[in-house]
Amino acid sequence: MTRPSFRAMTGEAKLLLVAIPLLIWTLLPIYHIVLFAISPKDSALSGKLWPSQPTLANFEIVFSQKHYYLQHFWLQLWNSFVISAATGILTLLVATMAAFAISRIKVRGGRAVLNAALITYCIPAAFLAVPMYRTMGTYQLLNTQWALILAMVTIASPYAIWVLKQSADKLPYELDEAAVVDGATSLQLFRLIFLPLMAPSLVAVGTYALILAWNEYLYAFLLLSADDEIPLSVALGNFLAADDSPWELLMTTGLIYALPPAAIYFTLRRYMVSGLTAGSVKG
Amino acid sequence: MTAETNTMTAMGRDGYGFRRFSEAELVGLAMLVPYLVLFALFVVYPIGYGLWIARDPSTYVELANDPIFFRAVLNTVVFLLVAINIKMVLALMLSSFFAQPRWWIKLVALVFVLPWALPSIPTILSIRFMLNPEWGIINSTYFRLTLQDGPNWLNNPAFALTAAMLTHIWKTLPFWTLTLMAGRLAISSELYEAAAIDGATPFQQFRHVTWPEMSMLYITCTLLSTIWTVGDFNSVYLLTGGGPADLTHVLATLGIRYLRLDQVDLYLAAVVCALPVIAPLIYFMMKRLSK
Repeated sequence: MTRPSFRAMTGEAKLLLVAIPLLIWTLLPIYHIVLFAISPKDSALSGKLWPSQPTLANFEIVFSQKHYYLQHFWLQLWNSFVISAATGILTLLVATMAAFAISRIKVRGGRAVLNAALITYCIPAAFLAVPMYRTMGTYQLLNTQWALILAMVTIASPYAIWVLKQSADKLPYELDEAAVVDGATSLQLFRLIFLPLMAPSLVAVGTYALILAWNEYLYAFLLLSADDEIPLSVALGNFLAADDSPWELLMTTGLIYALPPAAIYFTLRRYMVSGLTAGSVKG
Repeated sequence: MTAETNTMTAMGRDGYGFRRFSEAELVGLAMLVPYLVLFALFVVYPIGYGLWIARDPSTYVELANDPIFFRAVLNTVVFLLVAINIKMVLALMLSSFFAQPRWWIKLVALVFVLPWALPSIPTILSIRFMLNPEWGIINSTYFRLTLQDGPNWLNNPAFALTAAMLTHIWKTLPFWTLTLMAGRLAISSELYEAAAIDGATPFQQFRHVTWPEMSMLYITCTLLSTIWTVGDFNSVYLLTGGGPADLTHVLATLGIRYLRLDQVDLYLAAVVCALPVIAPLIYFMMKRLSK
């Protein structure tokens, strides 16, 4: 009786030996953000692992915009929100219709459109950034939020179309056939059968696009420059312009900026993970 | 109604060899239009524009004379070979760890996905500050333990690139671990039970059960990760800015450098040079994903 339990214990111990370094590795940079956010400036810079006097003063400075880098904090937070929401909604619109046409109507050329979308999905986003910047200049969209929104919809929709197309393929076609026999038009199939049954995937895809846009840095800082137009991500990057940046304020702002995507991720985890990994797993 | 449809079909085929569009097809085509417009305006046009700018042969001569370009290519190759392989092997091993049915491992998994769930900017800037030679937490701790000053991490190209690779691994390891874990959990447990009855060691189980079932997924993931890592701008730019002395640039960050120098044509030429390697990868992945 003792031997199996001893073996079970060494088994648990081995698992713990993996878990502990893994947790330290994962949490260190995140803990470092929190540490800076609750430390007074001198304490943060002294390299202490815990502040002697934890404080929320940094949050107060950020919320009341009492620093040169934070003059437009609330506006930039709002900008982040508007850009992400618009990206999420437009991506859903574009991708839902395309997925319906490709998967349910099986329209001629749908396959080619899907392949074009997948090629776009596989192009490294950084390669497209500079041509996209010039293109937005040509379209007179540079330095408007539409430039960033349209760029983000372009980047988000290929994956959205692909995921939606895959879930749409799984809906039974008998539903559509029965509805057609009852005289339903294609638009009625879309509205009354497709949209309700696809709701979970739509949530996943909309959230994916939303978070993608919220987190984006490269395109945001290329396409927007005015302090009252940029999202919070670019504002955070702008902190690095000077050597004597207020790190504790940067980390405080960064923590606030990181909370919405983290909250969304953990709330919608079930939808996200299944939706997002399904594709890659189907190998 | 049937007669009408027949007439329409006959009319459509008459002389042209293709049939008329049905109501469903018209709706379907209309629904493809928004994406096609987006694709034409923001994918086809920029790529066409890029290729047009990069058509001048003298640009390539100029590019070949830029040592930073070669350095960036070298850095990219090192980054891809080292970071991706380490990451994917770790992800494969960790996928077995997270597949263990334990309540506390589920909790560890919740924490473990944080780097992937959080935006890059605050976390990468946090790592950047940790590595600061004077005030960073790493060198402060190092000083407290050894009473010696630690190295100026990000001012040394080798250390800086290593730090960028570690940052990349930190950020993307959770995603690939979750993906491989989903594949791992799809393997029938009967295979493992049979292997256990036959007295297989954990290594033999991996060698003869896990790996044969997972190898295709592993390779697909590695290729997809390669493509995405080529486009990983944040891990390098937010950590080192390409410095010191432009020695840690990768292809993804080179665009910003050439844009600042007003030499966009050089960057587009650099991308064209990378195409023979990237394009087959993109094509292969497209074929795989569209199955």
